Amino acid sequence: MENNLPNRERLKIKRQPMPEQDPIIRAANFNEVNLGFSKEAALQEALRCLQCPKPTCIEGCPVNIKIPEFINLIVKEDFAGAVAKIKEDNSLPAVCGRVCPQEEQCEAKCILDKRFEAVSIGRLERFVADWERESGQFQVPEKAPETGRKIAIIGSGPSGLACATDLAIMGHDVTVFEALHEFGGVLVYGIPEFRLPKHILKVEIDNLKNLGVKFVKNFIAGRIATLNELFTEGFEAIFVGVGAGLPWFMNIPGENLNGVYSANEFLTRVNLMRAYDFPNWDTPIQIGKNVAVIGGGNTAMDAVRTAKRLGAKRAMIFYRRSEAEMPARIEEVHHAKEEGVEFHTLVSPIRYEGDENGWVKKAVSVRMELGEPDASGRRRPVLIPDSEFEMEIDQVVVAIGNGSNPIIGQTTPDLTLNSWGNIVVEESSGKTSKRGVFAGGDIVTGGATVILAMGAGRKAAKAIQKYLENNEW
Amino acid sequence: MPLNKIVKTELLGPEVKLFEITAPRIAKKRKAGQFIILRVDDHGERIPLTIADADAEKGTITVIVQGLGATSKRFLQKEAGDIVWDLAGPLGKPTHIEKRGLVIAVSGGVGTAVAMPIAAASKKAGNTVYSIIGARTKELVILEKEMTERTDKIFITTDDGSYGRKGLVTDQLKSLLDDGIIPDELVAIGPLPMMRAVSELTRSYNIPTVVSLNSIMIDGTGMCGGCRATVDGKTVFVCVDGPEFDGHKVDFAELGRRQKAYLEQEKQSMEAFSHQCRLEVKAKKLKIETA
Ligand SMILES: Cc1cc2nc3c(=O)[nH]c(=O)nc-3n(C[C@H](O)[C@H](O)[C@H](O)COP(=O)(O)OP(=O)(O)OC[C@H]3O[C@@H](n4cnc5c(N)ncnc54)[C@H](O)[C@@H]3O)c2cc1C
Ligand SMILES: Cc1cc2nc3c(=O)[nH]c(=O)nc-3n(C[C@H](O)[C@H](O)[C@H](O)COP(=O)(O)OP(=O)(O)OC[C@H]3O[C@@H](n4cnc5c(N)ncnc54)[C@H](O)[C@@H]3O)c2cc1C
Ligand code: SF4
Ligand code: SF4
Ligand code: FES
Repeated sequence: MENNLPNRERLKIKRQPMPEQDPIIRAANFNEVNLGFSKEAALQEALRCLQCPKPTCIEGCPVNIKIPEFINLIVKEDFAGAVAKIKEDNSLPAVCGRVCPQEEQCEAKCILDKRFEAVSIGRLERFVADWERESGQFQVPEKAPETGRKIAIIGSGPSGLACATDLAIMGHDVTVFEALHEFGGVLVYGIPEFRLPKHILKVEIDNLKNLGVKFVKNFIAGRIATLNELFTEGFEAIFVGVGAGLPWFMNIPGENLNGVYSANEFLTRVNLMRAYDFPNWDTPIQIGKNVAVIGGGNTAMDAVRTAKRLGAKRAMIFYRRSEAEMPARIEEVHHAKEEGVEFHTLVSPIRYEGDENGWVKKAVSVRMELGEPDASGRRRPVLIPDSEFEMEIDQVVVAIGNGSNPIIGQTTPDLTLNSWGNIVVEESSGKTSKRGVFAGGDIVTGGATVILAMGAGRKAAKAIQKYLENNEW
Repeated sequence: MPLNKIVKTELLGPEVKLFEITAPRIAKKRKAGQFIILRVDDHGERIPLTIADADAEKGTITVIVQGLGATSKRFLQKEAGDIVWDLAGPLGKPTHIEKRGLVIAVSGGVGTAVAMPIAAASKKAGNTVYSIIGARTKELVILEKEMTERTDKIFITTDDGSYGRKGLVTDQLKSLLDDGIIPDELVAIGPLPMMRAVSELTRSYNIPTVVSLNSIMIDGTGMCGGCRATVDGKTVFVCVDGPEFDGHKVDFAELGRRQKAYLEQEKQSMEAFSHQCRLEVKAKKLKIETA
């Protein structure tokens, strides 16, 4: 394809739309919403990139993918080369291309973003990753000779997987220990099938197995073996990537009524345990008719869209600020609206009331208005006096965030945690207070993003390599 | 030795079965009061079961299961040589065991399997341990021999009087208390109404009373919050904060309601399970007839 197209021609090409399932049809199934670019669309979109000499987009990507270079390879129809280029910095492009908040990261920094529309970097990333998987032409990365040095990775979320990949390529003997019975962390138990199909993740994990990484499931580190015991068993370094898995509740009356779920429980029942296919799968879930999901992040959007797909008549978001402050990705909010999700903003529940059997029946809420910005820079919600109102509901999903899981902290007394229970690390290396132990991802930062977790895993892999070489802490 | 392989089973009563399963790491680490979570098969739900006993040398743990619903009944069909799909543990905080003097362990139904390791550990710590086992009827009394070996004195009650004393475990406990036998600690494990009744009884005597809560669980690691209960006015996650709590502070009514959250679906599962069983029986018959 023509690659010496003048910029003014490039600027004439429209940003390519993402083909999607029809909203009415998809609101009743769990299949992926975004269908992915056709080859033609991908080639057109790739041509839109101006190949800037000082590409600002790269700064916007937390792992600094060489964006213009991989896009240029797409223009040349060298898709394998494009994937290889991305994988120099990101080992899970099929995942990130789907779930990264691109509009705040790489694409926000694309020079075209202001006056035109940003290049669809994420969608192109997804396109080549999907091409690689579907063509079956996986390039197995070249591995350094085996070092025989054993490294343990605790947790199989994106941070752990990224760390494992790099260490395996360096030739080390890597074992991933996971508490649950499937691998992938939030990617498997949290993010639903309609945004991230499980088979994609499975292929990625199989690739890691082919690289020689060992996977052990049902292994709750701390309980079945402490970190010290893993050292005794011959592991020379440990990466802790256990995520932020302790759901917060609002501590308002009625939160323990039947029909009130944390987003983690709701999504785990559906995603990990396949409750949408009950009774073919054993785990049940309540099918709500009028469902209130509390929160405005990605988790809330995933929960409310899941409730809709399970058959809710009214699937509603209750969010205490306005839509502009919602932390969820714009695309998810947009999709949710298309699917018929109701948005009740500037609303905060203050209690739930139940029936005689203990089932939630009613949410009593107050209305808010926006005041001065708070520490997060977002305008603070302020209560409007006498604004109490009631709504009939029969299911609540609380999606207001996660604290850190206490198991590793409780069983590793010499690991320094902050007052939130997050593991304290040296920013540049992921080194913790305990010799030989590194950490990264949500357990360090609190709930963040897939790409940040991956970046942390990769940083730690480099630091682990150095530690193995010079044995210095 | 393959992981999660059932090496021995024993029928302890109608619908109650003991399983010895290979799980060497758990066998080595587990302490009294802890549990595991397992999935019987590929599409199975995660169910919590107490580690009733363990043999660190053989690398096995023992669980004792009552067939209540579809999952547990399907588990009861497993025999030695079969594999359990997934098994994770040890979970929960171990029982806090110290020398106090007299400890009474009151248990009902399959709760005796949960009480046994605690009673044994209390005895080992130098306590005098009495056990009160209750059941509806004689054949439902389990682990009598094992409990007798592990404790100083054992009392049995049955609702219908077919074995031991006729009445409830609380009747037996009341008699002991009336006789001035006041334990320094009491452990009550069994169906919620029983734990509740025992806690009510010991409250007026100010006897420290530990109960083991069996809320509905999924992950068992503190990740989902589905297992929450109210203790002392605060929400706890039973899988990581418990499963044992001060019986005088538990909101039993709420827990009782939460345990019934999936009653409808459980019925549906049971119907599917019974249907499948009937089909299997039919298929077997057909095989025999055509053979
Ligand atoms: C519903 C939902 C939607 C999201 N949507 C997006 C999105 O669209 N885009 C985006 O960028 N980010 C999104 N996020 C955030 C993103 O998923 C996380 O930031 C990311 O997964 C963190 O990765 P991690 O490796 O730190 O941990 P996790 O993904 O949380 O994985 C941790 C793993 O460690 C395991 N573990 C925990 N304790 C132990 C132990 N003691 N022993 C062994 N294993 C243990 C856990 O079971 C888990 O599998 C979303 C999060 C949620 C919950
Ligand atoms: C910490 C703990 C230890 C336990 N130890 C034992 C034991 O040693 N032996 C034993 O027989 N039972 C034990 N139980 C109870 C056992 O887990 C349930 O009987 C089992 O899950 C029932 O599943 P089912 O599908 O056969 O029955 P269902 O028909 O699904 O349910 C019957 C009842 O069991 C409870 N239940 C259902 N699903 C779950 C679940 N996922 N988690 C917890 N409870 C559930 C509910 O109250 C329900 O009403 C324990 C429970 C807990 C929480
Ligand atoms: S990894 Fe995410 S932020 Fe980086 S280029 Fe890809 S989509 Fe953009
Ligand atoms: S900033 Fe935009 S146009 Fe420039 S190189 Fe990056 S993606 Fe291409
Ligand atoms: S079972 Fe999920 S938090 Fe306890």
